[in-house]
Amino acid sequence: MIKKIMNSMVLLGFILLIGCTKSGPTQLNVMTHDSFAVSEAIIKEFEQANDVKVNIIMSGDTGSALNQAILTKASPIADVFYGVDNTFLSRALSADIFDTYSSPILKDIPDQFQLDKSTRALPVDYGDVCINYDKAYFTEKKLTVPQTLDDLIKPEYRGLLVVENPAVSSPGLAFLLATIANYGPEGYLNYWQQLRANNLVVVNDWNTAYYTNFSGSTGKGLQPLVVSYNTDPAAEVIFASEKLNEAPTATLVGPDMCFRQIEFVGILKGTHHLALAKKFVDFMLSRTFQEDIPLKMFVYPVNSSASLPAEFIKFVQNPEKPASIAPEKIAANLDAWIMQWRKTVLE
Amino acid sequence: MPGSCSGGKQFWNKGLFGLRKSSWLLWLIPLLFLGFFFLYPLTAIFGLALRTNELGWTSFPWQRVGSILGFTIFQAVLSTLLTVLVGLPAAFLFGRYDFKGKNLIRLLSTLPFILPTVVVAAGFNAIIGPNGLLNLLLMQIWHLDQPPIQILNTLAAILLAHVFYNTAVVIRTVGSSLEQLDPRLEQASRTLGASPWRSFWEVTLPLLRNSLASAALVVFLFDFTSFGVILLMGGPQFATLEVEIYYQTMQLLNLPLAAWLSIIQLGCTLILTVIILHRGGGLPIPVAPRLSHSTNRQIQSWKERLFLVMMMVLLIALLVMPLVALVLRSLTKLDAVRSGNNTIFGFTLQYYRELFINRQQSLFYVPPVEALRNSFFYALAASGLALFFGSLATYALLQKSRWNKFFDPLIMLPMGTSAVTLGLGFIIVFATLPNARDFYPVLIPIAHSLVALPFVVRVLQPALASIPSSLKQVAATLGASPWQVWFSVELPIASRAAAVAGLFAFTISLGEFGATAFLSRPDIPTLPVAIFRFLSQPGSLNYGQALAMATILMALCASVMLVIDRINTINS
Repeated sequence: MIKKIMNSMVLLGFILLIGCTKSGPTQLNVMTHDSFAVSEAIIKEFEQANDVKVNIIMSGDTGSALNQAILTKASPIADVFYGVDNTFLSRALSADIFDTYSSPILKDIPDQFQLDKSTRALPVDYGDVCINYDKAYFTEKKLTVPQTLDDLIKPEYRGLLVVENPAVSSPGLAFLLATIANYGPEGYLNYWQQLRANNLVVVNDWNTAYYTNFSGSTGKGLQPLVVSYNTDPAAEVIFASEKLNEAPTATLVGPDMCFRQIEFVGILKGTHHLALAKKFVDFMLSRTFQEDIPLKMFVYPVNSSASLPAEFIKFVQNPEKPASIAPEKIAANLDAWIMQWRKTVLE
Repeated sequence: MPGSCSGGKQFWNKGLFGLRKSSWLLWLIPLLFLGFFFLYPLTAIFGLALRTNELGWTSFPWQRVGSILGFTIFQAVLSTLLTVLVGLPAAFLFGRYDFKGKNLIRLLSTLPFILPTVVVAAGFNAIIGPNGLLNLLLMQIWHLDQPPIQILNTLAAILLAHVFYNTAVVIRTVGSSLEQLDPRLEQASRTLGASPWRSFWEVTLPLLRNSLASAALVVFLFDFTSFGVILLMGGPQFATLEVEIYYQTMQLLNLPLAAWLSIIQLGCTLILTVIILHRGGGLPIPVAPRLSHSTNRQIQSWKERLFLVMMMVLLIALLVMPLVALVLRSLTKLDAVRSGNNTIFGFTLQYYRELFINRQQSLFYVPPVEALRNSFFYALAASGLALFFGSLATYALLQKSRWNKFFDPLIMLPMGTSAVTLGLGFIIVFATLPNARDFYPVLIPIAHSLVALPFVVRVLQPALASIPSSLKQVAATLGASPWQVWFSVELPIASRAAAVAGLFAFTISLGEFGATAFLSRPDIPTLPVAIFRFLSQPGSLNYGQALAMATILMALCASVMLVIDRINTINS
């Protein structure tokens, strides 16, 4: 009995150590975060055209996936990494996990998205984190919608805003960065103090903020203003239980009220399939993939030749002047900014 | 086992499969498993973290870590006390009385275990949230403008959720010991004139000390390493060690600090386990010989009736209501669109229907049946592994070797380990192997069984320790082989505990998300992973589908538990 068990343990260890050898088409591993989504048809198309099997490795949220890529740098798990955004870009670049690749398609992508001039991280999509509001609430109460960040500390908006904790939530962090871009690293704490005095509601994650506290979605909470993505009104229409002609929510897109998140793709150093990896990056920047992005991940394609779905044109508002902070600056100050924010807002 | 007979007993406790004098051999297998799949990844990640250590003695954030540790222990102690306070009388009720609906309530009380925190938070919100049913009701009755119950995002919400999650641990562990307890002991003390209260306090309770300590330890460790509940119910002003480890690792990639926090958390787990388990150990429970009729009492006096009613109200309010709210919510249309003040409101099966349609033609669409099947097989494999390694470890523990005091706390360590730390350890050790993706489906149940292993040992140990050696001796004297002794004496008594242990291992696996998130393959998602995918996008349809999935998860789990409970009843 014991012998049998030992044998099977050894066998199991053996299988795990050696791994199974497989025949068939080359496997291209793409590591990404778990919000990645794509149409089955276009991946099949790529696989057939290049005689390759694409394996998507989802590795938790953005921070989690990037950390895993960094920690396994010596023997990379994947060939391509997609999903690092401008908040974490600096960490990825200084950990030096990407090979350079100047894709020919970069010419179709506006300069404002190409944050990494060394072309190790190539932009794929972008989205704006803004404040969304419950349209019905403001109509009913005959209340004008806030136009600037300053408006939010006015007494008429007392207790109406819910934000996410920047320490654990990506949109929460983006909104904190918007306030830092607007008021500067010296002034943002003062602003948050006033927000707090105006009965700001802070919850940990986007789910709670959107589905529990926000009054404009299915949770029917108490706050008509929520920090979220500017594409949410389109998603509310597309994922409505009853067909809607009009979005129940809309977005505040005043100057510096939104923070722009840009997501990047890169080829992981040490890949054994460099040519294929390059093809996949080209594919992600190509019109086919770029036009698939909006309705799958609810962000905008960076390729200016890609056309947008009707729901995006009809229901989404875009900020003319989104806030931005250089990735190096974010990386250098992230912990300090969050710590000070914690002290000011939570303690 | 102090205070019981000697000599022959020593011999018979070593009797399994003739493995005398060889407790190290029994230890060897679970330790190999633990070493390869737990200690190895853990030391790998610690090694990596501490090699790059730039944290000096002076730059270590003592104050911050101190206050986080303080809060972690504080809330865990409070939660454990409350859980025992609710769980012990409930265990007494379930272990001692027969009444209508007993099995159903016991079944429902175990369901919380499988539910991801996001879903549980939604359940609580549907009742005591600002627009929750209870608040709306109270506002109507008393004509209030503000919801009267506002405990979400407070310490009370954390405690409530911990009681909700863990009461079942006390009910099941202590309840199953109580059911086996020889009722003649209590009867004797009553005959000798003790009041029911006194005989409970002086006879029954001391005999339950072993299993109560086991249950409390497990509950404490669950609360101590709590993550989702703190984040989602407690809100941003609360942080436990586990939350801080997550923040330092994921947001800042400050691995050295995260590693030190993990080490502190592991250290606390070790110390606590040693204190509770080696405080002299409880008395072995004298089990009842198997009587043909149930030893349980019927509810008779008005006092008993009152006790039953009060406990039922408490358990239903605490444990069952949030589940019912979830089910209702998955069947209710509550859309974002509003005309004037009216919300569109009505019964719908739409969310369930939508689960079967790949509307977005997404690559990662998985029919719910498939996610259900994946979860089911992972859970089956995980509980099998946990039971196998757990029972070997338990038998090893019963050998009373000097190694026990090192190995026993070691077994408990996985419970004190942060899922983030272990997940990263798995990634750097196993994911970097060639074709790693192919054996993720094997690693997932292994990771789940690691989390369940401590639990299995803590449930099995008091039960197996309580089997009186006299029973085994009698069987042997009558000519039974060691194998027959095991099969016909030990197994029937141990089967109840094994069923409880297996059940929890199964449910732990079904609900596990932390480690799974690191190893999940989009083509073979588990149910909790599928639920999270729905919850990460806005729109009432996504929300409804997430709750529909959660309801399906509960239904699956309930039916498995029903089967196990049935088998168990038939066996005994």
